[in-house]
Amino acid sequence: MQQITLLLTSLPDGILLGFVYGVAAMGLTLIWGVMNVINLAHGPIIALGMFGTFFLFIRLGINPYLGLVPIAIAGLLLGVVIYFTAVHRVINAPHLSSLLATFSVNMIIIGLATAALTTSPYNVDFSLGGFKLGSATILGTRLVAALIAILVTGALYLFLYRTRPGKFIRAVTNNRAAAELMGVPSTRILALSFGLGTMLAAVSGALIATFFPFNILSGGGYELKSFVIGVLGGLGNPIGALIGGLILGVLEGIIPTFMETSWVPVIEFGLFVVILLVRPKGLFGAKK
Amino acid sequence: MKKVLFVLFTLLIVSSMLLSACGPSAEPTTAPPAETQEPSEEPVATQPPAAPEEKTVVIGFTSSLTGSQEVSSKRQVNGFLLWMNQVNEAGGITLSDGTVVKFDYKTYDDESNGERVQELYTRLISEDNADFLISPYSSGLTSAASIVAEQNGKVLITTGAADDATYKTGNTSLFQLYTPGSLYMSSTVDMLQQLDPEAKVALVYESDKFSTSVVEGIKPYLADKGFEVTLEEGYASGTTDFGPIVNKLAASGATVLLGGGHYEDGTALARTLYERQIGLKFVYLLVAPADTKFPELGDAALGIATSSQWELKATHTEEEAANLGIEWFGPTGEDFAAAYQAAYGDPPTYHVAGGYAAGLVLQKAILDADSVDPEAVKAALNAMNLMTFYGGIQFDTSEAAHGLQIAHKMVVAQWQKNDAGELVRVIIAPADVATNDPLYPVPTP
Repeated sequence: MQQITLLLTSLPDGILLGFVYGVAAMGLTLIWGVMNVINLAHGPIIALGMFGTFFLFIRLGINPYLGLVPIAIAGLLLGVVIYFTAVHRVINAPHLSSLLATFSVNMIIIGLATAALTTSPYNVDFSLGGFKLGSATILGTRLVAALIAILVTGALYLFLYRTRPGKFIRAVTNNRAAAELMGVPSTRILALSFGLGTMLAAVSGALIATFFPFNILSGGGYELKSFVIGVLGGLGNPIGALIGGLILGVLEGIIPTFMETSWVPVIEFGLFVVILLVRPKGLFGAKK
Repeated sequence: MKKVLFVLFTLLIVSSMLLSACGPSAEPTTAPPAETQEPSEEPVATQPPAAPEEKTVVIGFTSSLTGSQEVSSKRQVNGFLLWMNQVNEAGGITLSDGTVVKFDYKTYDDESNGERVQELYTRLISEDNADFLISPYSSGLTSAASIVAEQNGKVLITTGAADDATYKTGNTSLFQLYTPGSLYMSSTVDMLQQLDPEAKVALVYESDKFSTSVVEGIKPYLADKGFEVTLEEGYASGTTDFGPIVNKLAASGATVLLGGGHYEDGTALARTLYERQIGLKFVYLLVAPADTKFPELGDAALGIATSSQWELKATHTEEEAANLGIEWFGPTGEDFAAAYQAAYGDPPTYHVAGGYAAGLVLQKAILDADSVDPEAVKAALNAMNLMTFYGGIQFDTSEAAHGLQIAHKMVVAQWQKNDAGELVRVIIAPADVATNDPLYPVPTP
């Protein structure tokens, strides 16, 4: 009985966190889906999003949720810059080239940020309080972050399915050559897609900063989670990524109920391998 | 497009150079060379008295300029550098034969990585010819360094490393300054027995060498004192989401939490405990609350206690040494703190004091040995029994636990609010050095 109570206490935490993981993974999976590039700079960009919240809130006093707007814009622009400087030239090269290109960007961002910001932990002292729901404590910051994650997912969905650039992105995803023949400016669409992916990473980082301490290396853990979520939900499938995020969040919430928390990554990455072996296109299928 | 790329690339390079200039150097850092008198080539009419010979002793160590140990490691290095600069500026150490000994250092960034530590200590010994070694910060990194030091027979003064096990491997070259991990929480448990013998204890700790040794050391002591342990849970280094653990802690019925690990996880755990308000009467965390940055957590820091290797408010004194009948050496705690504040603009933590004490102990050993010969210095360290502002220093000389610290005592500190409502760290145990009563139970907001 005590185990079930504990399970019910931890479940809401996992679900709320899972939405934010989903947004982070959506960024990774969008880039993969559109251009078959694994963005190894995803982690540091998540961390830059965290620092965005820190500087806007601590130094400028801007509410972390209002701060999401400039962080999203900066994330989008950074992604476009990264695309043109590091990715565009190797977009048609073998996967290893784009992997190395984004890894280089990853190292550059970490190196520069380490020099400027050190690897000391930063903390955004921001709280919205919380309330009791049965035996569970629902924290305001996690609840708002989850709601924003849902809004972001909805907005992305509408963008992809209801706007012209979104339709262009889907066209390039399905068949880049055919899209070009139909007059779709594929280079700009690829840059936009990369920008959207990094924007989602930065926004997820900005939300995570409202509940966990961080440093420039903190994004690495979320990048790994994004890979697991991507594989769970299907690489290239944004909605699958959100559901994958929820699954991972729930696992992180409930596993410590039955065993030591040190087992969480073992089970997460075990699941990663099992899904790759049994259902390599993910639980919800790949690109759509 | 090429022009745009060129401009972007140029901007990137320029900003890299600017930031690199502001950041820590990846190259080995050395102290400015000690000033030596140039021998005169001019013929002289009369034979002047021979100038005293000057020797420069090179001390090697790694520091964590990056990674999880950065905060405490940098403080430890600052403490050591303060000692070295003070000694060199005072003209060095003069031995009985007139030789003046000055100090230089070689250091590298170990990135808080044990493998890097082994590579770099090998380099410090074989390429940089370090005469003596000081440990990196943290038990895990020190354990890695100790293997290399022992293999090469180099004296390694360990500071920032409390794990007991490292000294129980038959070594002859290690000398520990910190109170061993197994004794870390004993003062806290004694205090709890006075305050609340019915307390139910949860042990939640980082699953690393140091924290595990502290917890393993305190478990039998808790049992002896009759405390019930309702939860024992390790967590991986780097954990940031403590929600599930705190839920488990609440369900366990514990009233007191003893645990933590290092700075990053300790601050995250303290914050989660504050957010969830699970009604704990007392929270003790390792390391993190001893740092001056801890109050950045705001009210989440209130009531959090920790063990401290040194506190200015409970600094050791010459009078204490006289009462114990042991030798006193070095500056007073107040002088040390004032010098550090002047040099770095920050009040010193126990990590700083540990770094300073490492130099001080080496200085005393060289004076006692009247030589910089490693074997003579090692013998002097084995025979050492003294008191400094940092506390008692004496090493176990048995084969079973050579180098283990046996004289140094810790205090228990807690974050409380002063009359102005500011968070201040006060001493709450042992009773003979306490400056304030313990905040027990810690009030809920």
